[in-house]
Formats: sequence, structure tokens, C-alpha cells
Amino acid sequence: MHADSLTYIFLNAAIINNFVLALFLGICPLLGVSGKISTAFSMGLATAFVMLISSVSAWLINEFLLYFNLEFLRLIAYIAVIASAVQLVEMTIKKFSPPLYRALGIFLPLITTNCAILGVALFQTNYEYSFSQSLVYSLGAGAGFIIAIVLMAGLREKLELADVPAIARGAAMSLMLAGILSLAFMGFAGLGGSTA
Amino acid sequence: MAANTEKPITLDTFLIGLWRENPVFVMLLGMCPVLAVTNSVVNALAMGLATTFVLLCSTALVALLRRHIPKEVRIASYIVIIATFVTVVDYLIHAISLEIYQALGAFIQLIVANCMILGRAEAFASRNRVSTTVVNSLGMGIGFTIALLCLGSVRELLGAGTLLGIPVFGEGFEPWIIMLLPPGGFFVLGAWLLLFAWVKERQLKQKTADAGEAGVHAR
Repeated sequence: MHADSLTYIFLNAAIINNFVLALFLGICPLLGVSGKISTAFSMGLATAFVMLISSVSAWLINEFLLYFNLEFLRLIAYIAVIASAVQLVEMTIKKFSPPLYRALGIFLPLITTNCAILGVALFQTNYEYSFSQSLVYSLGAGAGFIIAIVLMAGLREKLELADVPAIARGAAMSLMLAGILSLAFMGFAGLGGSTA
Repeated sequence: MAANTEKPITLDTFLIGLWRENPVFVMLLGMCPVLAVTNSVVNALAMGLATTFVLLCSTALVALLRRHIPKEVRIASYIVIIATFVTVVDYLIHAISLEIYQALGAFIQLIVANCMILGRAEAFASRNRVSTTVVNSLGMGIGFTIALLCLGSVRELLGAGTLLGIPVFGEGFEPWIIMLLPPGGFFVLGAWLLLFAWVKERQLKQKTADAGEAGVHAR
């Protein structure tokens, strides 16, 4: 596969360099909202949607900033775009699905400080992707995030029934699980060379 | 109303961030940089100092402006303030050491998305005087740096057999490469959390045992 092909970019973002398990972005929702598969999936969808919007807007903004030689404003502009996108998603979910809105709780506004989203915007700028490439990249990253958080939720649902020592319950166990998942994802590393 | 919530400066204002409310080990905030850049002690230290600087400056500014920021747009204002200081740090590290800049990569800019900083701005700086905030943020920042160093030293020691680049174990040591790779980060942090949970449980047991004895005597 050629390193610039769209298929490669998608697979790279979704699986080989999975945003959560290989690049450590978006750990907070991974630990916080992965209690139930259904909630985790909705959270994943919301995050993926924000990723898509903010990545597309970030690409446009970057072109604009480069044209006027204002690169030092990049970070501030990106984070403002992400915050507005999150607000948009929050209002949509509140309107169409109040139960889901309550289930996601504080983690919905916290998508703003989900580094995976800012990460997508920053990485695509660093790689100097074209518009279609950055679109595919953000789709792949979103898919990767959904895969990771749903797998994690599945494992944790199973773990509910297991007899875990008291001191290991909670965050410590989740981190160990994430470590094992991350080990499994390393198996994909040979698929196309790492470009972290 | 606002005046009542202001706390005086005590030793506790500083110490609370080091141990009892340690942002990483207790509050589990700002995990992403904690896991991502702690594959060596130098990176961990640089990241810790950069985050401390941003935390200190932005919470001080938030505390200074706390009466002038309208409640409705406070989160957006905090984020813009944080992003400004992160941009400063980004250019600063770029100027000081290109090597560290490349090692940390995009994670310097991702300090913006560190929920610990926004959390402190919202939970502490928006309700307290500048002096109190500075002391508290300093404690939090140092607590964060210590946590990063805890992870970084274990991972560098086991993963490369070195500490600050100096070989520790000698020729015969076979490095555990896995510790430098992503899974190692999860495992080491999980192990630290286990250790702290174990210590806490022992303390609790000790306390209940003492209380039980006292109760028996009282009866």
C-alpha cells in the first residue's frame, strides 16, 4: 500500500496507530464512559462526529491562517472550533435523546478537552494532508475511537461478573485491561510501518 | 457571595496537590500526556515543567480576571487563556531544545486539552485570590511532575536499563522493550495505582483496628 493512499490513511488512523491504544489520546472517556456497551457506543459516535466536523473546519482554518501568516493563532483557533462543535452536538443530543444526554453526563461537554479531537486536527496539519486525506484521516480516527471504547466496555461488562481483588477494582483494573488491549493492537503494527 | 468562598493560604493549600488530591494518582486527570511522553525521565521532566508553567500562568490570570469574566462564557475564556500560554510554551521549548521538542511532538500543544488545567481553573482559580491560586497551582503542578517522574523512571529503568541516559544494570541486562511501547505505559500506571490502593487499604485497616480496640475498652 502506498503511504499516501486513502485506504492506508484510514487503516493507519483506525487500527495500526489507533488513537486511544497506541497514541494515548482520549484516555479520560475511555476510563470514564466505558461501563456499558450502549453508552460507550453513543459516546464514540458523538466523539467521532465532533472529530469529523472539527477536522474539516481545522483544515479550512489552517489554509486561511497560512495565507495571512498567522500560524501562531492556530492552536487558539482550533480549540475555539472544537468547543463550538461540541456545543452543537450537545444541543442536538439534548433535543433528540434526553436519556442519552443524561447517560453521557459530564463527559459530553468534556469532549472539548478530549485530546483525541485536538490531536486529529494537529496531526493532520503536521502531516500536511490534503482536504480529502484529512477527511479520511478523521473518519479513521473516529472509527478507531469507537472500536477502542466499545471493546473496552465489552471487557468491563464481562469483568463485572468476575471476582476481582478489592484493591484492584476501578481505575487500576481498567488500566491493566487497556494495556492488554493495547498489546493486542500492537499485532497490527507490521501492516504498514509506524508513523507516530 | 464570592468573598465567602475564598480560602486563606495555608500549608495545606500547597500540599494538597502533592498527595491527597494528586491530579494523576488520585483524581485521574490529564492521563493522556502522562502515558504518552513518559518513556524516559527527560521527557517526563520536560512535560511536567511545561504543564506546571501553563497551569501556574493560566490559573493566575483566571484568578486575576475572575470578577470580569461573565459566567456564561467562562469555559471558553479559560480555554483561550490556556491556549495562549500553551502557544508560549510551545515556542519556548522549540527555542531551548529542538531535541526535546521533537521527542514531545504534538503533545506540547495538546497541553491545551489537559483536563487538569481546565479543572483547576474552574474549581479553584475562579473562586480564590491570585496569591492562594498561585500557591495551590504550584502544588498541583509539582504533584503532576512527580507523578510523571514516577512513571518515567520506572519505564526508562525497565525498558532501556538506563536512568537519565546513564546505564544502571550493566551489560547483562536484557531491556524490556515493551515498557517503552504503549502497553507499558498502561501497565506501569496501573501498577502504581495498585500500589497506592494497597497502601491506603493497609492504613484504613490499621485505623479501623485501632478504633475497634478503643471501642472495646470504652465498653
